[in-house]
Amino acid sequence: MSAVEGDGSTGVPATLSARQLARRRRRESFLRSWRIFRRNRSGMLGLVILAVFAFIALAAPLLASSQGLEVTQATGGVLEPPSSQYWLGTDDQGRSVLTLLIWGARISLFVGLAATVISMVIGTLIGLISGFSGGWAGAVLFRLTEWFLVIPFLPLAIVLATVLGRSLFNIVLVIGVTSWPGTALLIRSQTLSIKERAYIERARVLGAGRWHQMSRHVLPNVMPMVFANTTLTVAIAILAETTLSFLGLGDPTRVSWGSMLDDAFQVGAITTGAWWFIVPPGVCVVLVVLAFTLIGQALEEVLNPRLKGR
Amino acid sequence: MSDLLRMRDVSLTYRSEGGDVPAVRNVDLDLDRGEIVGIAGESGCGKSTLASTILRLQPPTARVTGEVLFEGQDVLTMSWGHLRALRWAGASMVFQGALHSLNPVQRVGDQIAEPIHLHDPETSDKQAHLRVGELLEQVGLPAARARAYPHQLSGGQKQRIMIAMALACRPRLIVADEPTTALDVMVQAQVLHVLSGLVHELGVGMLMISHDLSVLADLCDRIVVMYGGRVVEQGPSKLVFGEALHPYAEALSAAFPRVGDPAARYAPSGLPGDPPDPAALPPGCSFAPRCPRVIDDCTRAVPELRSFGGDRQASCIRVGQP
Amino acid sequence: MTGRLLEARNVSVEFVTRSGHVARALDGVNLQVGAGEVVALVGESGSGKTTVARTMLGLERPVAGEVAFDGEPLGYSGRRLRELRRRVQMVLQDPAGALNPRQTVYESVAEGMRLHGLAAKDPAGRTETEMVAAAMASAGLRPPERLFLRYPHELSGGQRQRVLIAGALALGPELLIADEPVSSLDASIRGEILALLLKLRDELGLGVLVVTHDLGLAWNIADRIAVMYLGRVVEAGPTEEVLQAPQHPYTQALLSVVPEIEELRPVVLTGEIPDPTRIPGGCRFHPRCPAVADGSAAADGVERSCRTQPLEVLPADPQGHHTACHLAALRSSTGPRTGSIV
Repeated sequence: MSAVEGDGSTGVPATLSARQLARRRRRESFLRSWRIFRRNRSGMLGLVILAVFAFIALAAPLLASSQGLEVTQATGGVLEPPSSQYWLGTDDQGRSVLTLLIWGARISLFVGLAATVISMVIGTLIGLISGFSGGWAGAVLFRLTEWFLVIPFLPLAIVLATVLGRSLFNIVLVIGVTSWPGTALLIRSQTLSIKERAYIERARVLGAGRWHQMSRHVLPNVMPMVFANTTLTVAIAILAETTLSFLGLGDPTRVSWGSMLDDAFQVGAITTGAWWFIVPPGVCVVLVVLAFTLIGQALEEVLNPRLKGR
Repeated sequence: MSDLLRMRDVSLTYRSEGGDVPAVRNVDLDLDRGEIVGIAGESGCGKSTLASTILRLQPPTARVTGEVLFEGQDVLTMSWGHLRALRWAGASMVFQGALHSLNPVQRVGDQIAEPIHLHDPETSDKQAHLRVGELLEQVGLPAARARAYPHQLSGGQKQRIMIAMALACRPRLIVADEPTTALDVMVQAQVLHVLSGLVHELGVGMLMISHDLSVLADLCDRIVVMYGGRVVEQGPSKLVFGEALHPYAEALSAAFPRVGDPAARYAPSGLPGDPPDPAALPPGCSFAPRCPRVIDDCTRAVPELRSFGGDRQASCIRVGQP
Repeated sequence: MTGRLLEARNVSVEFVTRSGHVARALDGVNLQVGAGEVVALVGESGSGKTTVARTMLGLERPVAGEVAFDGEPLGYSGRRLRELRRRVQMVLQDPAGALNPRQTVYESVAEGMRLHGLAAKDPAGRTETEMVAAAMASAGLRPPERLFLRYPHELSGGQRQRVLIAGALALGPELLIADEPVSSLDASIRGEILALLLKLRDELGLGVLVVTHDLGLAWNIADRIAVMYLGRVVEAGPTEEVLQAPQHPYTQALLSVVPEIEELRPVVLTGEIPDPTRIPGGCRFHPRCPAVADGSAAADGVERSCRTQPLEVLPADPQGHHTACHLAALRSSTGPRTGSIV
């Protein structure tokens, strides 16, 4: 069909709602990404591990009674080795380590995810704004990011946890507030490169303001980065939670894998050879962190076409 | 053995999950010393793919059949040792993306000298230095530019550096793939001037690939027009550009208007449709779906490349018909 | 629609380079584009032609002079710029990069309409989908529905360029600026896109400013042509006159290297456009001017002026043929052709 010939073509009625079709189209592209992801073995392994832990965390009340967490309701002896009754033995209070482990998964995963959400929101927002807006606002935000980046995590977290008090919410806040700078820098560098693309200029020519350019063009193009980064941040956040709890800065009223390790350390489980109190929470932390890392790597491969086929 | 390069019945097929994709089909091509031959065609017509077989640079997933004879030796079957020697000193390539392939932290003179040293380790630094100066002057740059870093050079100057690098080991054949596409008109004219001067001065053969038929017409002795992986027309450049036989070559030549030609005023000439997908070639003549002169017979069989006097060939059943 | 629409009045634009020097990218440019006319702005890269286009759309702010639309100087507030950009649209160079890879064709074309809320206030009461389809059809994308959900990477180069044009047309502009609309396209697609621009001019009365380095393109579609060198218009006039009887040595040289013109002996200028932080004195073209180099300027006794005396800025006269050259001025005062240099 030549472009120059005939007309009368204005006002062609569209049969299907374009938005509906667009939604279908997005689903297709999601399925395509999923197919690529499925071919990635280590990514799938990570996903399976994660699914198991997520199931355990969600189904904790069905798998083990929460009464097993109460010191006063403890039925076993002190630091009993694994037996048919206590598959993973008992802790120093006589509670089943398995029960603690199952309930600990809830706290560890919750803290990991919640802190990541906080870190991602702050990091993406600051990275986006500091990358997109030049001038002093961008410069100030960039300096702020760098400043937070060089503050050593642990001392700051300890100070914050001490000042704010020991509660689950504070742990989440502390980890979230201290782990965003890496994300912000990543998003900032992406934003800087996307800002120079011709389609941003086109949006400006069409009459778009800053907000539109940022939300419609820059953000959708950095989102894949954000997603891939999220999984890695979750892993870091879970480790951070474990670290803080191990140092005794966690919520004293709740059991997490970190607090289990802390307890085990306090009662000298290492010297008494009570390995069943140390190894299971340690292995769980490693597995979950590994799972998120594997998924993150696989996602990056799916979302970053340059890495495809490697 | 007068021919520098002789390609016979060359076909290249990419093997992919979806089946075989023929990118080049049954191409014959000859090139002599001191001659410039142009290959014209749209992107995806197979012109760069064809050129890649000359130095056996095609990707490993491609299967090549036919003969590519460089000075009588078949490039497709020669040993690695021979091939290496050929790539060093027999033939060299100038790419369009080559502007970015200069090392940004090395002086351009050192980059030109590198193949000289590698080719002949006996060369002293002084000899290499002299040779670099000589090469730079050949491409129209002062010898002192050898001390410059790539970022200090303009696009046209970088392209000249690339040409100097291609000349460093005194090749007998230069393959230039869109050497001026990214350049401005005036700089393009400068670079083309340098290239044609070199061919005549040094007596090398040059194969030049471009989508711009007018540039080829200006520079080349002969033009080969490709479409859908096949040669559809070839002949002396002035004739192919001025009085094309094949409707595709005609459309391609009309796309570049002669300034001052009243027929082209307010009448840009184009070709509707898109080039064919090599994975799904139409039956018969691949140009038939876009051809203004198509008849039923066109889709029956792939047209032969027929001779039309002198050095001219075209593959269209309608040429010579009323 | 008659009269002048968009004009640059003595516009100068400056940039600060990384090394802190001030580069005068435009130095007094006068240019007009009216409704229903096609004007080509021609020059090498570095001549400032793209800067002119960007300035006329308010993407750059002049340090001197002004851009006026419909007789009124541009306002640079967000609201005024938006209003301007509804009426003056631009099709960017590089169709591959100018489309957001994560947006479908539909979204890309509808984007401008949504920004201006056009679907809600369409006089004919069409839906957004219908308006997008109409814009795509007039850009030669047929049938539009089949392309709605494609992503840019699934389109050919020509289709991408048409999507960009459709996105601009969706706003119903009065003027279209096209920056190198065909330079990255295959030869066969080139003519199609140029024919589309001509068709839009004829059917919609659109004014078109084409920025290009391609004189053949100008010959194909432009009514008028302005040749730029180093931030100034050096020759301007009706296309036939400028391209068939060029007065400025620069235009003559550009024309002589267009590959297909065989009658002309190619005048290959040496070097490239100097960098705009160091604009030569006198006529800014004199260091590369073939007339200065071969002594014909000296023979006519203007060489001194070429080297020392700056030329006047050419007016934006839509009818006449003007040349900023001492030699051309001298020859025209003795010969038949009228130049405009004092």
